[in-house]
Amino acid sequence: MTSFCGCRESHNSDQKPVPWDRLWEEKNLAQTLTGAEGLTSIPALLHRNVTEFGSSPAYREKEFGIWQTWTWTETAKEIEALALGLINLGVNEGDFVAIIGRNRPYLYWSMVAAQMVGAIPVPLYQDANAEEMAYVLGHCGARFVIVSDQEQVDKVIEVQDQLHQFEHMIYLDPRGLRKYDHSHLHQYSHVQNQGRAARDEFINELKRRSEKPGYDDTCVMLYTSGTTGKPKGVVLSNRNVIESARSSSDFDQLRREDEILAYLPMAWVGDFIFSLGQAFWCGFCVNCPESADTMMTDLREIGPTYYFAPPRVFETQLTNVMIRMEDASPLKKRMFDHYMAHARKVGPDILDGKPVSAADKLKYRIGELLVYGPLKNTLGFSRVRVGYTAGEAIGPEIFDFYRSLGINLKQLYGQTEATVFITAQPDGEVRSDTVGVPSPGVELKIADNGEVFYRSPGVFVEYYKNPESTADTKDAEGWVATGDAGFIEESTGHLRIIDRAKDVGKMADGSLFAPKYVENKLKFYPNILEAVVFGNGREQCTAFINIDLSAVGNWAERNNIAYASYQELAGHPHVLDTIQSHVEEVNASVAEDDMLSGCQVHRFVVLHKELDADDGELTRTRKVRRRIIEEKFADIIDALYDGSPKVSTVTEVTYEDGRKGNIKATLEIRDAKVVPVVPQKVAAQ
Amino acid sequence: MLDTSEGYTTADGRKIGGVVMEMKNITLRFGGVKAITDISFDIREGEIRAIIGPNGAGKSSMLNVMSGFYVPQEGEVWFHGKPRPPLKPYEVARQGIARTFQNIALFEGMSVLDNVMTGRLTQMKTGLLAQSIWKGRAEKEETENREIAEKVIDFLEIQAIRKTPVSRLPYGLKKRVELARALAAEPKLLLLDEPMAGMNVEEKEDMSRFILDVNDEFGTTIALIEHDMGVVMDLSDRVVVMDYGKKIGDGTPDEVRNNQEVIDAYLGVEHD
Repeated sequence: MTSFCGCRESHNSDQKPVPWDRLWEEKNLAQTLTGAEGLTSIPALLHRNVTEFGSSPAYREKEFGIWQTWTWTETAKEIEALALGLINLGVNEGDFVAIIGRNRPYLYWSMVAAQMVGAIPVPLYQDANAEEMAYVLGHCGARFVIVSDQEQVDKVIEVQDQLHQFEHMIYLDPRGLRKYDHSHLHQYSHVQNQGRAARDEFINELKRRSEKPGYDDTCVMLYTSGTTGKPKGVVLSNRNVIESARSSSDFDQLRREDEILAYLPMAWVGDFIFSLGQAFWCGFCVNCPESADTMMTDLREIGPTYYFAPPRVFETQLTNVMIRMEDASPLKKRMFDHYMAHARKVGPDILDGKPVSAADKLKYRIGELLVYGPLKNTLGFSRVRVGYTAGEAIGPEIFDFYRSLGINLKQLYGQTEATVFITAQPDGEVRSDTVGVPSPGVELKIADNGEVFYRSPGVFVEYYKNPESTADTKDAEGWVATGDAGFIEESTGHLRIIDRAKDVGKMADGSLFAPKYVENKLKFYPNILEAVVFGNGREQCTAFINIDLSAVGNWAERNNIAYASYQELAGHPHVLDTIQSHVEEVNASVAEDDMLSGCQVHRFVVLHKELDADDGELTRTRKVRRRIIEEKFADIIDALYDGSPKVSTVTEVTYEDGRKGNIKATLEIRDAKVVPVVPQKVAAQ
Repeated sequence: MLDTSEGYTTADGRKIGGVVMEMKNITLRFGGVKAITDISFDIREGEIRAIIGPNGAGKSSMLNVMSGFYVPQEGEVWFHGKPRPPLKPYEVARQGIARTFQNIALFEGMSVLDNVMTGRLTQMKTGLLAQSIWKGRAEKEETENREIAEKVIDFLEIQAIRKTPVSRLPYGLKKRVELARALAAEPKLLLLDEPMAGMNVEEKEDMSRFILDVNDEFGTTIALIEHDMGVVMDLSDRVVVMDYGKKIGDGTPDEVRNNQEVIDAYLGVEHD
């Protein structure tokens, strides 16, 4: 059992914030420690921003081809008009107001307006279907729903019979809604106009309500995406949100001049913290894209300084760059290859401020002029000062590519229940295989089974109307179970997440077995599409491998290797050699980990068929179903462990038209070199 | 049969007004070939009027007569209660008629935005010199027209391709850009020549929604030619059916669907 306490000082001491930042930080710190000046809610922060820098831009949205800007003062006026309109419509304190739509300033304002009138905003995923929405709307008993357009209006109308508390819906875009029954349907701008008209009548009521929320009152309720079971409503207090926003803004020295692009779902906790929490805390400007399709163009036009994206987005962008470079002129391509090689060599070190020779520095500068600068500009990353990726493991090459260009891309680890931040990587301590040190104010502990627990000011209040789940997740002392297994590197204090806790097991010798950790390492090779590692309760690990037909097929074509089917290519000796070398490289890398060195793959087989959701081997989101695979391929697993060099097998497959058939195959089982395990573990065995 | 003499109310509650355009006994010949024989029908304000018929029935010729591109040998086109003399294309555009083409006719090398802006040309009054200097009135005029073009771009959800050259776009999007250019002219009467030809189901659904939205939002009167019967029946308020250059049916989609002559024309009939 390891335990670790969050401790920021050691990291702060070697950084040199500009005096202005220091001042700002100290001032803010003083404010929140005592809750002074009443900065205990988002509306209170709005008031402060208007008073202190009302003419700075607060929101921007591209519409009709032009970036429209609202200053903090204008934003406050819009929000006030809507809040008055909501009172006029009959929103009571404690009501839930659901908000559904893509990232638009108006919808962010809706959340703040709801808070001002004492209601609780509940943002929903806009791509949820009507039934999923019915569950969430029914669960929180939303009386009011604010939506973006006809599509969302239709979904709510479809299920409104199931929603007993639902009363009024407000929509932004009137298009296509002219003919709808407007007895319970209101246009956003009309609600605002009515609010403005009734200002004298309701302004005192609004003042009373907006000053009332305390630090421990509910700020927002966010539903978990519900991949397992029904979505749960995570209740976050003003304390959760403001403390998290404050400490995370300090951590990365976010400031008023920063710019972000709000494009991730509004129902996701990250967007709430970035686009409302931190934006209101620091007073920076939130930019909303014109439409979902224009996100990349808008990214380039805005050039955010603070940027967040899941690994998938970075992957896609890198692939696009590579494809376009393939089509570039030979001169450009050679220049790109040459300078990218140099960037890979010294770029990350320069970014981290490590010593680099003057010649290398000069060459990097030239590269910046010729390649990196224009490339970053094309990607929209010219101004990124702080970039984060999170959610799943990011491939080391992808991660290094962006860092070598001089983009300060870092990883963080978080959850809705933690108000995002559990750990984050400080500048200068960035690696692709860790998720960083505990965020300010976060304590971590690792349970015996490897599961990561945390405690912080951001820990959620409760799951709404679900005390059992709350008790299962959060104990009396405030420790929250993440459901992920990991460990803390003793040398650096960084947390490393290895797998979902329920998948982590023990090898026969008692060492940790983390299949996904090894599988991810294998899958980072383009030739390997899917990998399944076995070894729970056994003495050795073994693996199933699926080759990536497009990558390996491409290789075969270039090398004049003829093949007629996936099965034939998968069994080709050259292919097996390549895969074997990948497995051995992974073994070497796994062996470097004291905790996980037992997970090296001793034997593997390249499967004769692709694991497929139609055969039940994968989920529809392409996650491996271990139990089903273990049952279905029991004969192959036996062969992996009994030392036989070959195995003959028959597998039932489902064709796309639903017919079933059998594939017969004789598979070669390969032994992979393993790096000897650390002596004390052998002794334990 | 629906009485349409005084305007009517559609099934979904839209008010259809008076006659915008009336075709009176139109006959069109190309040399010895009779493309259209003695056809009469009207188009009313705010309605979606479809012209259907098998291949070679004379639908596109009819649309060309309506747009003034062909001048019929016999018969008259009445527009806003007056017989319309033969007109130059730009004169037709100035009267508030815009159209799209069966075979896309965009400026391939120009961006989507520039193509849409060409739809505003008839509204621009500054001369070449003023436009080259681009000060004062020319600048103001361009800003105003750009605003309208941008609203159309927003309406048809083509913001993401605003700056893309048309030649790089897939077919379905080109069709949408063509509609955008026609809409940029803020037409009173919009003529669509097979707006959904060659599209997949999803693209057809999108296009149908846009056509309905155009009609709903701007009150634009729309006449369209379409092959896909499902689409026609869903979209249109009244349908003219043509076969071999003759009108064989005219009425609401339901009336047309049950018309024996129409069934024969579409399904074929045994000749003795």
